[in-house]
Amino acid sequence: MSRISKGERAPEEARALHAVVESTAARRGPLAMRAGGLCKDFAIGRGRGRTVLSAVRDVSLDLHRRAVVALVGESGSGKSTVAKLLAGQEQPSGGSIELEGAPVEVSGRRAFRAYKSRVQMVFQDPFSSLNPVHTVRYHLERPVRLHRTLGEGVGVEDVVVGLAEQVRLTPAQQFLAKYPHELSGGQRQRVAIARALAAEPSVLLADEPVSMLDVSIRLEILGLISELRDRYDLAVLYITHDIASARYFADEALVMYAGEIVERGPAEAVTQQPAHPYTQLLVSSAPDPDALGSVLRSGTREATRASGSALSTTRGCRFSPRCPFVQDRCRVEAPPLVAIARDRAAACWRLDTTAPDLVSARGGGGVEDMTE
Amino acid sequence: MTVALPVRGARARGATRRAAGARRLSTKARIGALICALFVVAAIVGPMVAPYDPSAQSFAPVDILHAPSMAHLLGTTARGEDVLSQVLVGLRATLVLGLLTGLIATVLAVVVGISAGFLGGFWDELLSLLSNVFLVLPALPLLVVLIGYLPQRGQTSTILVLSLLGWPWGARVIRAQTLTLRGRDFVAASRETGERTWRVIFFEILPNEVSLIAASFVSTVLYAIGTSVALAFIGLTNFSQWSLGLILYWAQNGNALQLNAWWWFAPAGLCVALLGTGLVLLNFGIDEIGNPRLREAAGRVRIEGRAWRPADPTPVVRSGSTRSPAARPEAR
Amino acid sequence: MPVEPVLEISELSVAYRGAAGDVRAVERVSLSLRPGEVVGLAGESGSGKSTLAYGACRLLRPPAVITGGSVTYRGRRLAGRSVEVLERTPPELRELRWREIAIVFQSAMNALNPVLRVRDQLLDVVEAHLSLTKLDARERVASLLDLVAIPRDRLRSYPHELSGGMRQRVMIAMALAVDPEVVIMDEPTTALDVVVQREILGQIVELKQRLGFAVLFITHDLSLLLELADRIAVMYAGQLVEVASAHAVHHGPAHPYTKGLLNSFPSLRGPRRELAGIPGSPPDLRSLPAGCPFVPRCGFATDECTKVDMVLRAVPGARDPGHVSACPFVAPGAQAPDGKGTVSEVAS
Repeated sequence: MSRISKGERAPEEARALHAVVESTAARRGPLAMRAGGLCKDFAIGRGRGRTVLSAVRDVSLDLHRRAVVALVGESGSGKSTVAKLLAGQEQPSGGSIELEGAPVEVSGRRAFRAYKSRVQMVFQDPFSSLNPVHTVRYHLERPVRLHRTLGEGVGVEDVVVGLAEQVRLTPAQQFLAKYPHELSGGQRQRVAIARALAAEPSVLLADEPVSMLDVSIRLEILGLISELRDRYDLAVLYITHDIASARYFADEALVMYAGEIVERGPAEAVTQQPAHPYTQLLVSSAPDPDALGSVLRSGTREATRASGSALSTTRGCRFSPRCPFVQDRCRVEAPPLVAIARDRAAACWRLDTTAPDLVSARGGGGVEDMTE
Repeated sequence: MTVALPVRGARARGATRRAAGARRLSTKARIGALICALFVVAAIVGPMVAPYDPSAQSFAPVDILHAPSMAHLLGTTARGEDVLSQVLVGLRATLVLGLLTGLIATVLAVVVGISAGFLGGFWDELLSLLSNVFLVLPALPLLVVLIGYLPQRGQTSTILVLSLLGWPWGARVIRAQTLTLRGRDFVAASRETGERTWRVIFFEILPNEVSLIAASFVSTVLYAIGTSVALAFIGLTNFSQWSLGLILYWAQNGNALQLNAWWWFAPAGLCVALLGTGLVLLNFGIDEIGNPRLREAAGRVRIEGRAWRPADPTPVVRSGSTRSPAARPEAR
Repeated sequence: MPVEPVLEISELSVAYRGAAGDVRAVERVSLSLRPGEVVGLAGESGSGKSTLAYGACRLLRPPAVITGGSVTYRGRRLAGRSVEVLERTPPELRELRWREIAIVFQSAMNALNPVLRVRDQLLDVVEAHLSLTKLDARERVASLLDLVAIPRDRLRSYPHELSGGMRQRVMIAMALAVDPEVVIMDEPTTALDVVVQREILGQIVELKQRLGFAVLFITHDLSLLLELADRIAVMYAGQLVEVASAHAVHHGPAHPYTKGLLNSFPSLRGPRRELAGIPGSPPDLRSLPAGCPFVPRCGFATDECTKVDMVLRAVPGARDPGHVSACPFVAPGAQAPDGKGTVSEVAS
């Protein structure tokens, strides 16, 4: 395996790309968190066979209060790594994170704790994110004790009961005394959300919060997150592999593939008129009840036989091995993120073929490169 | 091959750690616990109820090597000492040694094991190296050498030496468990909450390892008792303090076996054997509490009077299925 | 012309026997599978769908016991005879399992042996059921991988070296190893991404068309079944509440639970509608209410519902003659009066 160089684009260029499009989420509220040109490399192997795996490359996103930004991608796309970088669990290899205007510094224990009271994460697996030997009460008390300064006459118990009621785990006293194994998946996830809220954060990072829940419960939990977002002016990052839920739940959608953002824009537009071939693949792969007996029964339309690591190509577009629109240029040169509308961008050399309606509607200006 | 599916409402209660663990012990574990409890009581009250001073010798012919009688319930030794008193007094020393060794070695094992598992990297390498070295040392010969050359042969030195050689196994096991737990989401989540490292170790990881630590403790006690008896048997012990091993030493020295004086060595030997058995059975019970799946495998399931083995197909039992749905009871 | 079903489950009841009495996980369920048909079994966790499928094959472990009903298998190899699965002895069941009825388990990572290579695991299956020469067995194993479009060089891989999608395809290859008539698939794509999921499902359909087996597809994701299945059976709290063709379920569901399920899927196509989902959570099987178990979460519930006997009845006015529902009060196309369900105090 060959070496992959870190950060192929200079930081200034990255931030410039970041500002290429207007953020849909910006309409909702003030900027809470800004990530610019985030990179994360992992060293694999030891000694002679040591290589660098670029899990996240040049990812920029803005989180605004009262807005939900969806980060959509399959497993291995690096979306969870982005969450960990934003949560402060991992240090980025490159790029910057700003929280409410100030650069983020989490190297010391105190700094980390202070950061945690503003940025919290909800984990994916409700069955393993709660400690089986502790009650719900313990899980909620800890963050309250660590992060909140309580007013006069307000006890920890009051706050904890309040939290349980916020996530509709009522009667609160009954639920607080339970152990995780006595709760259903949906109830556990509510506890996880309450725990995140206990710290009174301004940013909530939800890493696939409903993927492991039954389909009929997902809506309720997502609805709960929406409600809490409005009530507490939260900026929410919703990480998922289910692009359909992004349409319903998010204001803005960013599609990730192999560590890079390949498309961004308003959630409705990205899911209804996907521009990048990968987004198109995701949209066409989702189950479509209205297409009874069409795609599935007659075989897939696109060439999608995918296998092997998507991170093994060093230059060129990382999606090229799987792309039905691939050409020679794609394998050699990685396409930058270009604006195709005021609030939409995609990284593809062949946008005029993949999304002809969008490109022609744009009418020139602000685009760096188009295909032959 | 069969599957066990979780059913809402019928979920195995085994996951409850706080639910009175004792209630959940299988029969053999209860027997083990009972045996150990009896011995602990005997060790506490033994010296107080011993009829004679264990070292009181008498050389009157009628008192030497006398079979069990009303005066001496377990008979006498070649020097006229009362065997019962020796056993009652010796039990305490042996048990105390076992428990103290168990405690020290377990504490060492926990500290080393959790640190190695949790900290990882350089510390893990170092501590694992340490445990492996101690593990590989041949214990008994080393003990013989150490205790043989120590100026003091008292309880303390024995306890120390046994502890130093008894912790590595537990440390390895605890390290493995810690490595598994470290990767679990709830540890990352507690960090996310902002917990400090020491709190994560003591309040998040350690409580999940309680049954493992308890089992490790019990095995170490077993090892300590067995090894101390073995050492005493070959004479590497404190002769001024009565212990079960010392009784066996004197019995062997006095040719009890050849003289058919079974009452001299049998009681002490039986005590060691029974105590060991009790500890092992208790350990099974602790394992079963910690790992609910062992409980299923342990008990023989009986359906309609016939025992059922894991490879059998689902039994078909047709009693009580003909009730019509309308007559179904509302709640159980 | 009606064809004899290849697998016929009739009034099957499965219970978990505990100290406090029986928990009825499956209550008098009847379902039949015709040759080459894909029947979807939909329901939430705890609805009893997996218990039903494994119980019918007698793969459940005590405390699960089968308390009633019958399971009749009529494969082509039996040439007209039928086999009562519940009355077979273990050796007879061994003949039946895998050769006639195979299962693709939910989590391939758990079902595949991590210390055996793929080739050895497949060989195990082939050698256990067929008497072939070593050479023939190996060739068969290699052709099985061709069947599921995995390169032959993966025969020598261990399960952890394969991607999730590939592992699931190995599971499918294992299930098809000795040409079964019926394949039961228990949530085969739950842990996979959408793209891989679509590939796997496409593979399944293609294989079914080629080899002619019937499929019982168990999942909690009804939207998959709408695309994939010929008929769909919906389960709730251990009982069937609706059975109909996929088309009927999609366009004219009769049971309120099915309606609720359909209203839980965010869809990518069409306008962005208001989704309500189903409030509340599945019931505790130990304390089911009298009558219909769905009452606490049902938007149409009335007092009459506590006296319902949960028998599946033909839906009046349905285009599909086989469309049955357990709810005698609600018609296809009806909307709940206030758009929401009556929710009990318990959150989900």
